[in-house]
Amino acid sequence: MRIMTYAEALREAMRNELKKDPRVFIMGEDVGRFGGCFGVTGNLVEEFGEDRVRDTPISEEAIAGAAIGAAATGMRPVAEIMFIDFVTVAMDQLVNQAAKMRYMFGGNISLPMVVRLPEGGGIQAAAQHSQCLEAWLTHVPGIKVVYPSEPKDALGLLISSIRDDNPVAFIEHKMLYSVKGEVPDENEPIPLGLAEVKRPGKNATVIATGYMVAKALKAADQLAKEGIEIEVVDPRTLFPLDKDTIYGSIKKTHKAVIVTEEAKRGGWGGELAAQIAEEIFDYLDAQIVRIGALNTPIPFAKNLEDYVIPSEVDIINQVKSIL
Amino acid sequence: MNLSQELLASMYRKMMKIRKFEQRVSELFAQGMVPGFVHLYIGEEATAVGVCENLKDTDYITSTHRGHGHLIAKGGELKYMMAELFGRKTGYCKGKGGSMHIADAKIGILGANGIVGAGLPISVGSGLSARMRGTDQVTVCFFGDGASNQGTFHEAMNMASIWRLPVIFVCENNLYGISMRQDRHQAIADISDRAQAYGFPGITVDGNDVLAVYEVAHEAVKRAREGAGPTLIECKTYRWRGHFEGDPTTYRAKEELEEWMAKDPIPRFARYLEENGYASRKELEEIERSVESEVQQAIDFAEKSDLPDEADAVTDVYSDLVEEGRAR
Repeated sequence: MRIMTYAEALREAMRNELKKDPRVFIMGEDVGRFGGCFGVTGNLVEEFGEDRVRDTPISEEAIAGAAIGAAATGMRPVAEIMFIDFVTVAMDQLVNQAAKMRYMFGGNISLPMVVRLPEGGGIQAAAQHSQCLEAWLTHVPGIKVVYPSEPKDALGLLISSIRDDNPVAFIEHKMLYSVKGEVPDENEPIPLGLAEVKRPGKNATVIATGYMVAKALKAADQLAKEGIEIEVVDPRTLFPLDKDTIYGSIKKTHKAVIVTEEAKRGGWGGELAAQIAEEIFDYLDAQIVRIGALNTPIPFAKNLEDYVIPSEVDIINQVKSIL
Repeated sequence: MNLSQELLASMYRKMMKIRKFEQRVSELFAQGMVPGFVHLYIGEEATAVGVCENLKDTDYITSTHRGHGHLIAKGGELKYMMAELFGRKTGYCKGKGGSMHIADAKIGILGANGIVGAGLPISVGSGLSARMRGTDQVTVCFFGDGASNQGTFHEAMNMASIWRLPVIFVCENNLYGISMRQDRHQAIADISDRAQAYGFPGITVDGNDVLAVYEVAHEAVKRAREGAGPTLIECKTYRWRGHFEGDPTTYRAKEELEEWMAKDPIPRFARYLEENGYASRKELEEIERSVESEVQQAIDFAEKSDLPDEADAVTDVYSDLVEEGRAR
């Protein structure tokens, strides 16, 4: 085992693929000489040169479009959009082009491309640099959406995403970049569409994504002191979704709590709740509970930001409410 | 320029092919045989052909909602195009795309596109890819005067410029962005002027003169292949039909249409070929008849083709997943 931060694990995944496959290249704003806004690409430019770790102008739509054009013609680009909030500017290329080209063209074109999208609050970056927008992407058929919550998953899932022949929106949480964790010695891919039980339990299933996994695990420690064992399940890939693992857990605990950092209204968590209700309603002993951010823009002041974003206290309270 | 008889004949044949294809599509649309939205290229044939005759099969194009002409000029097969317009499983896209979404990756057609200006950034990517793979492939990015007002125009021009990519931006200025005449949608007369802002050459050419277009594109393609970077070519032309079939075109004067129809690029090129002894009237008429029969064969092929299987509605969303279907 090695110890790596989440950011180092992402960099290691990119390094691994850059070494292995000449078709892979990185592009984005300040990913080269500057090493990435959050330092994720780091020194890759020194190792692989400015052609393959390519700084771009501040042009999100052209970054996404260039990734599409390159992917359609034999390359495997890994594009970075500095904050997921800026994906708004690239949305036509992702939604109307990347997601649809294979289908519209009857399978005629393949787009093996990854768009890395740092998201989430917690650093007082306020309303335009803190959002969680995964629901916008999972809503669009034709994109896979991946969201690791710890370093080993970041490494394995990014390797798989780069090797995937479809457009992959790869979401990263900013608060996780400096988090350390154990990572296997070998750079092995983790298949997309495979959830992981992060902590086994029997009283309730808590399905959490991104940084909320860490909060759910903290909540689990607290609840355990009171004799309540929650099972924490991380889907890791938001689409395709590993329903077997999630449903398997709910069929055991008969309770489902969904924790995501997105604004609760219209979120991916709501979609998951609907699927659970439609497909395994009979196994539930209580209503499904969703925990998300309040339906406001993310505020700047620390106390307000903490109030709007879900905390472990919210998870503890909500779990208890259905026991 | 000294062009071979063979090349000139090929250009004439392709222009005629586009014209005949589009005329029949117009009729078929009116008869209800071709559904959906159809945007015809009639009147603009010299532009697509003049540009694409400079390309190899391995070169790329990005196209637009008005894409039939580009596809034919790049070598697209009429029968697969027509079948796609009919929504049949034998079409280029198995009936899933229709008129605005035809692609043929094997001959570098990266897709017609229903979003105005969306092909511009994609052409930057194929240009970048060719550069990184070390090939001499070029990309031609077709777009209209309307698209020149999209943000993608600026982003793509700038990116192609700083990386000196092998991309030729071909603006088909057909004078209208849907209903809005150019003098209402932008304050400049020549869109090629904008190239100066990106630091590469921009040139305006008579888009109804196939030889003039060929010559300008030839130089731009040469520059691109040699690593000298992009060029913006503005082809001034005119669409005879409305923005889409069924458009009443109340926004333009009949006299304007008549003036442009008198500048029809096809008889103009025919006159040149005859007057300079490259082809006889009889030979040109033979080309026309053979093209008519090819278009008829394409229609027959489309009409005889099966509708797509409903099960195929949920394939091709991903390379490795099939979406859930519905029981009926």
